[in-house]
Amino acid sequence: MKRIAATLALLLMVAVAALVWLNLRGDPPAATADAAPADGAALRDRGAYLARAGNCQDCHTPRGGAPYSGGRGIPTPFGTVYSSNLTPDPQTGLGAWTADDFRRALHNGRSRDGRLLYPAFPYDAYTLISDADADALFAYLRSLPPVMQANRPHALRFPYDTQLALAVWRALFFRPGRFVPDAGQPAAWNRGAYLVQGLGHCSACHAERNVLGATRAARELSGGFIPMQNWFAPGLGGQPAPAVAALLQRGVSDSAALLGPMAEVVLHSLQHLQADDLAAMAQYLETLPAAPASRAHGEAPAAAQLSRGAELYAARCRDCHGEDGRGRAGAYLPLAGNRALLRDPPVNAVQVVLGGAFPASTAANPRPFGMPPFATELDDAEVAAVLSYVRNAWGHQAGAVRAFDVQRWRSSVRP
Amino acid sequence: MAQRMLACTGCHGPQGRAASDGYHPRIAGKPAGYLHRQLRAFRDGQRRYALMGTLLAPLDDAYLRDIAAHFAALDLPHAAPAPVRADAATLRRGEQLARRGDPALGVPACSDCHGGAFVGAGDDLPGLLGLPVDYLNAQLGAWRSGTRQADAPDCMAQIARRLAPQDLNAVSHWLAAQPVPAMPRPAAPAAALPLRCGSLGGSR
Repeated sequence: MKRIAATLALLLMVAVAALVWLNLRGDPPAATADAAPADGAALRDRGAYLARAGNCQDCHTPRGGAPYSGGRGIPTPFGTVYSSNLTPDPQTGLGAWTADDFRRALHNGRSRDGRLLYPAFPYDAYTLISDADADALFAYLRSLPPVMQANRPHALRFPYDTQLALAVWRALFFRPGRFVPDAGQPAAWNRGAYLVQGLGHCSACHAERNVLGATRAARELSGGFIPMQNWFAPGLGGQPAPAVAALLQRGVSDSAALLGPMAEVVLHSLQHLQADDLAAMAQYLETLPAAPASRAHGEAPAAAQLSRGAELYAARCRDCHGEDGRGRAGAYLPLAGNRALLRDPPVNAVQVVLGGAFPASTAANPRPFGMPPFATELDDAEVAAVLSYVRNAWGHQAGAVRAFDVQRWRSSVRP
Repeated sequence: MAQRMLACTGCHGPQGRAASDGYHPRIAGKPAGYLHRQLRAFRDGQRRYALMGTLLAPLDDAYLRDIAAHFAALDLPHAAPAPVRADAATLRRGEQLARRGDPALGVPACSDCHGGAFVGAGDDLPGLLGLPVDYLNAQLGAWRSGTRQADAPDCMAQIARRLAPQDLNAVSHWLAAQPVPAMPRPAAPAAALPLRCGSLGGSR
């Protein structure tokens, strides 16, 4: 009996030690003195560019509020995580932080006071950021006007609101480590991989997540469902690099548009990146495995649904998208052959019909054409009918959209 | 530009001259400064209407200004007002508030700021005629509850909070019942406004 108790106690100690070790490995030694002040203009400007590339401002700015003052809610299946104040206010922001504190947050997901951070702040990607880039980002954040705004506590359900749950999650899913270039690949490919995997944190949306919210196969970017917001972030591999680079910069092409959450990424981040960085990202993405053309097909639509859909198409859609579904180059997107339309689940198509959409206004396309929302005009069955019709017109063959799908996605959360 | 704006006219009616559903307001001919401020407010969350907020999220200020200028420049005839259902006492109270305000409650007349004929003033103060009663009630109610906000000091919120819900309803009904003059030219902005309004720079 005594022996069993001793064994159990020993096992418990080993488990706790493993948990602690798994959470602390890779932590830099605590800074004993402030790092050398590095607020040079060049460093700061590079940091500003990197912050654009990481789209830091989007999550860390409340809608309509002071840039980087935090407090924006990020809806997750576990509750709402509120972003933190990154301005250099000494009480409520990063004013008392050192460059080492900042590196530890980016690379290891630990706050200045040692608390574990929630991975809604995608440190599983940021851990790849180089020390030099981390310092540049910090120098830029230090140059912002300080805003006094206390961080808002997260609103998470038990047990996700505990540090222990975070420690277990990190032990299971988080591996710290800087980006290691692939010597067999050209410099541009490596630059692209570094931006896509690290600062760009593309995997936050474009990779599947498991039930505990950890990204799976983050490097393959084979597509993922964005919970709460209800958009599908498609797989990014295997597309011709020049077209991808142009699409990321312009936000729209003759055959595709970046809509929904991605349009905001284009507006705030991608359109501002240097052409060679966009080209490098596209070059890297092209070498990733292409997502399968279409996944599981649903049931074929019933004849009655198709004829109702055809009537609705003629009344509501045909003027712009055309009898032949080819739209008009430079204005109305083609629906014939449109990959986003044929994808399963058809959630993005439902979102665009319900909510309408503008692509981002960009330097290359400052006044984009917009699609009207039909949420107030068409009911769930009508949206399902018109989408089932276009998914089976012009030689398409795709599953029926059900009224239930439309209803389920109608009330999506907007962060 | 009209073809780029089909996303707007789907709800706000052909050319933005108001929808047939009795809610989505006319945007054609509203002052450009006012429209631009509303577009920004929807995008940035000071006005909350999910469809507008989501639709405008990917657009920058320059484009929002172009959109505002496009609709502001449209000079289109107004339809006759839809009949409103309100008793005579309600309409009397509404007219009193619109034309003279209620000094005891510290509420100025609508016409003090929005033009003597309620057709707007200058680039920032919108006209109040030709709008559906449900839309007017929803806006005044939203100001009262804080779901519609303007820059501080938010003068319309102050006014809406000084009035009882039945007063808001009365002024909405009276305004919605008025025909729009044939050539509704905005008045010159008043030299001094009765309240300070953040949307107008707070200086007047």
